Amino acid sequence: MSDTHAQTVGYVRETFIPEQAPPHAVTGPVKWLRENLFPSWFYGILTIVSVLFIFYVLSIFLPWLTGGVWDAANIRECREIFAGDSAGCFAVLTERWHQLLFGFSYPQHAYWRPTLALILLAVAVAPVLFSNLPRGMLAFTALYPFIAFYLVWGGTILIPLVALAGVIGGYLVYAQLVDRSLVGGLIAGVVAAAVIWWLGGFVTAEMPNLLALEAVPSRDMGGFMLNMILGVVCVSLSLPIGILLALGRQSSLPIIKWICVVFIEFVRGVPLITLLFVANVVLAYFLPPGTNFDLILRVIIMITLFASAYIAEVIRGGLAALPRGQYEAADSLGLDYAQSMRLIILPQALKISIPGIVNVAVGLFKDTTLVSIISMFDLVGMIRGPILASTDWNGVYWELFGFAALLFFVVCYGISQYSQWLERKLATDHR
Amino acid sequence: MKKSVFLGTLTAAGVIAGAAAAATLDDVKARGKLNCGVTTGLVGFAAPDANGNWQGFDVGLCRAVAAAVLGDPDAVEFVPTTGKTRFTALASGEIDMLARNTTWTFSRDNDLKFEFTGINYYDGQGFMVPKELGVTSAKELDGATVCIQTGTTTELNLADFFRSNNMNYEPVPIETNAEAQQQYLAGACDVYTTDASGLAATRATFETPGDHVVLPEIISKEPLGPLVRHGDNEWGDIVRWTLNALIAAEELGISSANVADMAGSAGDNPEINRILGTEGNLGEMIGLEADWAVKAIQAGGNYGELFEKNIGENTPIGLSRGLNAQWTDGGLLYSPPFR
Amino acid sequence: MTAITDPPADGFKLSMLINDTRYRGLTFQFVALILLIVMMAFLGMNLVRNLAAAGLNISYGFLGEPAGYDINQTLIDYTSQSTHLRAAMVGLLNTLLVAFMACITATILGVIAGVLRLSPNWLVRKLMSVYVEAFRNVPVLIWILIIGTIVTISGANPRDFLTRGGSVEPQSELFLGMFAFTNRGFYSPALDLGPGWIVVLIALIAGIVGAVAWRWHVRRTLYNSGRLLPSWPTWVILIAPVVLAQLVLGAISLSLPDVESNNFNIQGGILIGKPLIALWLALSVYTGAFIAENVRAGILAVSKGQTEAAASLGLRPKRIMNLVVLPQALRVIIPPLISQFLNITKNSSLAIAVGYADITATLGGITLNQTGRAIETVLLLMLFYLIISLLISAVMNVYNATVALKER
Repeated sequence: MSDTHAQTVGYVRETFIPEQAPPHAVTGPVKWLRENLFPSWFYGILTIVSVLFIFYVLSIFLPWLTGGVWDAANIRECREIFAGDSAGCFAVLTERWHQLLFGFSYPQHAYWRPTLALILLAVAVAPVLFSNLPRGMLAFTALYPFIAFYLVWGGTILIPLVALAGVIGGYLVYAQLVDRSLVGGLIAGVVAAAVIWWLGGFVTAEMPNLLALEAVPSRDMGGFMLNMILGVVCVSLSLPIGILLALGRQSSLPIIKWICVVFIEFVRGVPLITLLFVANVVLAYFLPPGTNFDLILRVIIMITLFASAYIAEVIRGGLAALPRGQYEAADSLGLDYAQSMRLIILPQALKISIPGIVNVAVGLFKDTTLVSIISMFDLVGMIRGPILASTDWNGVYWELFGFAALLFFVVCYGISQYSQWLERKLATDHR
Repeated sequence: MKKSVFLGTLTAAGVIAGAAAAATLDDVKARGKLNCGVTTGLVGFAAPDANGNWQGFDVGLCRAVAAAVLGDPDAVEFVPTTGKTRFTALASGEIDMLARNTTWTFSRDNDLKFEFTGINYYDGQGFMVPKELGVTSAKELDGATVCIQTGTTTELNLADFFRSNNMNYEPVPIETNAEAQQQYLAGACDVYTTDASGLAATRATFETPGDHVVLPEIISKEPLGPLVRHGDNEWGDIVRWTLNALIAAEELGISSANVADMAGSAGDNPEINRILGTEGNLGEMIGLEADWAVKAIQAGGNYGELFEKNIGENTPIGLSRGLNAQWTDGGLLYSPPFR
Repeated sequence: MTAITDPPADGFKLSMLINDTRYRGLTFQFVALILLIVMMAFLGMNLVRNLAAAGLNISYGFLGEPAGYDINQTLIDYTSQSTHLRAAMVGLLNTLLVAFMACITATILGVIAGVLRLSPNWLVRKLMSVYVEAFRNVPVLIWILIIGTIVTISGANPRDFLTRGGSVEPQSELFLGMFAFTNRGFYSPALDLGPGWIVVLIALIAGIVGAVAWRWHVRRTLYNSGRLLPSWPTWVILIAPVVLAQLVLGAISLSLPDVESNNFNIQGGILIGKPLIALWLALSVYTGAFIAENVRAGILAVSKGQTEAAASLGLRPKRIMNLVVLPQALRVIIPPLISQFLNITKNSSLAIAVGYADITATLGGITLNQTGRAIETVLLLMLFYLIISLLISAVMNVYNATVALKER
């Protein structure tokens, strides 16, 4: 940069060259293609293979989908319409959609009830899932089980009302006594609730038709609705049990700890299907002679036990992830075990466990299809049983299983997207 | 705590009046419904139709018993059972009777403690093969791959048949009839074996039934009948004699069309009169109303009508009466006398 | 919670059982124990009364009786005259077989899919996302049924290969004269062990030992002198002895599948049955999707600084992956991987949906059906699965401990 060099330069440009567009190779779609599809020869080959694969799949799938028959009375009519083509016989879906969704025994004129219950479920769950919604909505969440029971099972409105009254009464008693002693409060609350239910039983027996919806026995539940019922009921029941199990496993009391450990490891060590066998063929022998739970209730019990063991492990992870200082801080404030858990530890541990719990819930919801193996007509059971067995639709596989897969995919994908969103929201480390 | 309450209400809704070891009749009457175990779906014998109503030959028997006991053929709760769950469901009292084309065998009767109350269908295990294989006898099936529906006596019969004929085979156990058909049609097995009635029903649903032949050999006796628990003889008698009433009704010419007329006044035939309750007190002896058999016959017709409506030659199943004809027509149906 | 409280001045009072933290724990445990015993006794007495009412008893005697049914794929000798216990053992081995195979392929699939999900190739990334989401969000039972159907319709019929004693021109030829993929399974030649096969086996073992020793030598030379020896001698040492021994002795011959003698099926050779293939495939691709997510999470869990530090040392991308990222990612990946292996084992209990004779299908299916011994078989079934699960957990935990971060 010394002056001497300036002499050797013949010409110095005094103005900027006008900006030019970048070469085609590094801009626009070409750049995108180069960077994303052909960054190296290896990925180039992968891209080509992928394109061929997608083309191959679509070339089979699209004609099947677009050429499908939506209006036919049975598979023979479908075959006549195809005249040798391979196309989808979607008429089975239009013909049997109500059986796939609601089972074959649920009264058709009452389909609005489970549908409404499903819509309300979204409203009830929303405040739990999204913390920025008004907290007042949680009141509806608390009411939801009773509303859903009334809608789905029907019967007089008094049953859920009495149940609700019992819960409220029990809670009021508990709230009165909890400051003096947690255990005393719990026991008194349970007793109060039991008394209210017992008294309410007389009222319900007197007026069985007050504002009654048509009662539907649980045996008549079926189709995708049964999967939803099992999934929602079992997950919500298993949450409190799972919390207790997790606390028990972390407890310093050896007997309680070992009961919980044995239970959790036992349940996690066996496949769900064996537990369903228990529900179906063994549990009846362990109940008092003369009582007989119907199958759906036995299945709910076993799936709930199954789910609670997995949820307990998730919550245990949450408890373990809390910094030691939180426990010590609670102790140093002079809180006893129940108070420190209720006020300090669990609220935080549960919050960081939510993604894990959601994953367990998705897995459990998928596993509800296993009830088809023990002769319950859930979505898969409906397909493998009555629909494929009927002379009308024997031989329609892809359409039915594709439909089932699609339904599950929509629900589970939605939930797992939520869980990922939540994980991102809760992730506080910056990288 | 809220959740446990929900469980409580669920329990209240779910607990149904249980069936104790004795007095099934009282339980059924108190409940107002008969719990009848059927298959999860076998066309012709028991399957829900498009509207969700159960139809079929076994279903007809359930309805007849419900009509005899409760006076209402629709007062039946059909409990679908699989091969695995049927016996437990009956033993534990979940169902009052099982009508699920179940083969009457010694061990089921004595070891599992059940009481077979008769035979409503005489069946036997057969084989179906594609015509193009050119097989004419089951003895030529050495080395074949065989689709079997698992959880039935057919598995044992099959093993015995091939062993006694010194042949090999490759079994493919399959859970449902529909999936067995799928495998068979796709060529994953050469042979499909099940009860001959099931083979006929299955073949009827094929795209081209003519391409498949049912081999002449019947390798087993499969007397299918309804069963109840050991130890409640009154209830067993009700199921047994309801079935007998349907069989006798066909023999004596009582049908759903003329039963109301015949029951209106005592006729010439004393046995008809006794069955229909216009003479004697058979109803009282069995612990039911005098017109119990009338209602049972009205429910779906006599045995012959049930057969023709559900599995007979004019249905897609297209079974001929064969062994299941009345003894007067050379079949095996033979009801003990009503007296 | 060892709160420091003044010892009570006067003696023991009953209320202290609830109110004194020193005794409260004991009280709770005592109550819990009593409740547990009462519940057990309640269930046990119900069982006894129900069984008495039904005239049944609990007995495992049926395990010694002939099973009476045949099984299509057995690893040990089994005929319909074998006992129910042996049938259960056949099922158990089948469960372990399919679980083992599926664990390996699911891991391979999962690692590939997980790494590709992070690849710079947009199309491949999206395709892998579709794979992962499609399999993660649909129940495994539906996938097993769908894949079972796909396998059934995609293979050729074995009858197409048959000559029926030379009377028919076969429609298809065996691949290389020895392999056939049919809708009943995969036929391949079996190894026929002639005299001297033990020598070939010893040669094989010697080759493996030699190859491992060479690798060790290569590594030592690299660390000691920085000289990188070539890797091709590994393969020579591995293969040469066994090939040599076989060429000299001719001890092992192939027994080819036989298309002549039977009218229905290809005979001889080894048949990997269609049910096994279908279940294996289904479990592999299903669990592979979950493992892919674990792998991706594991790789993402390695701090970006590690990659950058490695890059600044001059390592190339492949080496960064192998030497820096993967060893650290493995620590995150392995615990969920273990639970995926357990899931494979447990999900294999759905085998009967494709007709595979695992332990749920033999002991918990046909045996239960034929004997009607529901309580006994279901309890035994649960016991088997419990043992398998605990064993897998134990083995994997030992491995986990060896790769765990050694802290302080």
